[in-house]
Amino acid sequence: MVDLSVDLGFLKLRNPVLAASGTFGYGLEFKPFYDLNLLGGFVVKGLYYNPREGNRPPRLVETPSGLINSIGLQGVGVEKFCREVLPELAKLETMVIANVCGAEEDEYARVAEYLSQHKGLAALELNISCPNVKEGGRCPAQNPEATYRTVKKVKQATSLPLITKLSPNVTDIVSVALAAEEAGSQAISLINTLLAMAIDLETRKPKLGNVMGGLSGPAIKPIALRMVFQVARAVKLPVIGMGGIFTAEDALEFMIAGARAIQVGTANFVDPDACLRIIQGLADWAEKHHIEKISEIIGTVQID
Amino acid sequence: MIIDRKARLIKVESSKDYHLLSLESPEIARNARPGQFLMIKVSEGTRPLLRRPFSLHNAEGPIVEIFFQVVGEGTRLLAQKKPGDALDILGPLGNGFSLKPDFGSQEVFCIGGGRGIAPIYFLARELQKTGVRPTVFYGGRTETDLPLKTRFETAGCELLISTDDGSAGFSGLVTALVEKELERRRPAFLFACGPEPMMETLAEICQRHNLKGEFSLESIMGCGFGACWGCVKKIKKSQEAGYLKICQEGPVFPWEEIVWQEAENG
Repeated sequence: MVDLSVDLGFLKLRNPVLAASGTFGYGLEFKPFYDLNLLGGFVVKGLYYNPREGNRPPRLVETPSGLINSIGLQGVGVEKFCREVLPELAKLETMVIANVCGAEEDEYARVAEYLSQHKGLAALELNISCPNVKEGGRCPAQNPEATYRTVKKVKQATSLPLITKLSPNVTDIVSVALAAEEAGSQAISLINTLLAMAIDLETRKPKLGNVMGGLSGPAIKPIALRMVFQVARAVKLPVIGMGGIFTAEDALEFMIAGARAIQVGTANFVDPDACLRIIQGLADWAEKHHIEKISEIIGTVQID
Repeated sequence: MIIDRKARLIKVESSKDYHLLSLESPEIARNARPGQFLMIKVSEGTRPLLRRPFSLHNAEGPIVEIFFQVVGEGTRLLAQKKPGDALDILGPLGNGFSLKPDFGSQEVFCIGGGRGIAPIYFLARELQKTGVRPTVFYGGRTETDLPLKTRFETAGCELLISTDDGSAGFSGLVTALVEKELERRRPAFLFACGPEPMMETLAEICQRHNLKGEFSLESIMGCGFGACWGCVKKIKKSQEAGYLKICQEGPVFPWEEIVWQEAENG
């Protein structure tokens, strides 16, 4: 029996597999498919303080081995979430993480504060990196100073452990990761989607209603892996890796690159039970390689 | 919601670029209702990446059927499947048409435009089981765009055909045929599925004639079960309009709740 548990310091997970925000609804959407307690945990869809309408459709376009979305963080807002959804999630044994959004620093803090006053959450993931909200995909995660300020402000507003989710749409991701660490974040998760677009040849219009969107799926995996590798070497904090993970082999690459846990995103759309398949695949791989504890492989990438 | 990783393809019927696939999937078939849909994996690999949505064309015994036109890479791959192949399907999904109202001996119109005819067959058959004899309107560009004509006739439906070029049946749009028919009779309810311009015109007709009805909407979908928020349409419930998920809150909506593109942009 392989020990799949991993320790993030502030959080012990029964296995390293978390479902990623924006691909797992509020969690309950996946209840018909399997027992959510089998997961390491899941991150619910991004929450703003107020309900949010989201972007105009079309919101999805498929590209080779990838998916560009411009959902625009449509959602119910914190009040309705805490009233109607969180009590259901609180009954679960698995780790439930809320994804915190904001139009400006104050809103991030208000959302974090509101969520912290309710039972059922194991941590907050600070979404300073969604490319779909402001024009041109701007967000705090695009520079270290804004990242530092936002993380600092949210830290003051919550007692829950804080994971900062980084954007790949930067020239130097390590500097942003270090800023989050310095500001008191307890973990780093990366990567969010890559700012992208697609054009219809007949109409010459962008295929997304919002013109640009965020690319996810296997197409981005090598970039995500590289960034996780870079950040894991630079920070002392635990790193949660994601970006195009579809198989246990993908997950293992991220862990070897230095991720202490991983998140599965777009794969949940294709196979609602993708996370389970990956958890089982990790156990099978470890057994085959006579590894007793999956945590042994974290950061074991061999560089000559 | 059931994931059937081994739904056996038992029959393929093709006509031009239209295809009718019969799949053995007992559990999904047993739970299926007209207006619901399936998400089908068309490729083993990551290209295309996502499943494709197909409305249920029929469900009978252990068999579910889909009817589709090749319009892109996903449908092209699906059209190449052979009897004996096992498909990975997810369903039944979505709300489906409401068959609750007691139509009795009243008229019910079922309108399908192009490949939008797909769910109308299942609907018409279920209506027949409740004693209703629905009138099916089936419109296409030209005669060869009406491959299901015989199927509806065999099922004993009253079938009215239209083609844009007049090569079969009424010459003109299916919506004009509906208008013409409304001059002499009035349905208690109207169901429709087809291209958006067709349904928008139908909504105008329903408004003018004060008719009740439900339309089934089509969209690109990420997941099919409410997780991605990718397939939304602006829907107006009690005066307030917002983006609802076609996969979960739909794909069937009362016509008066649907906010059409023009209104949305304006």
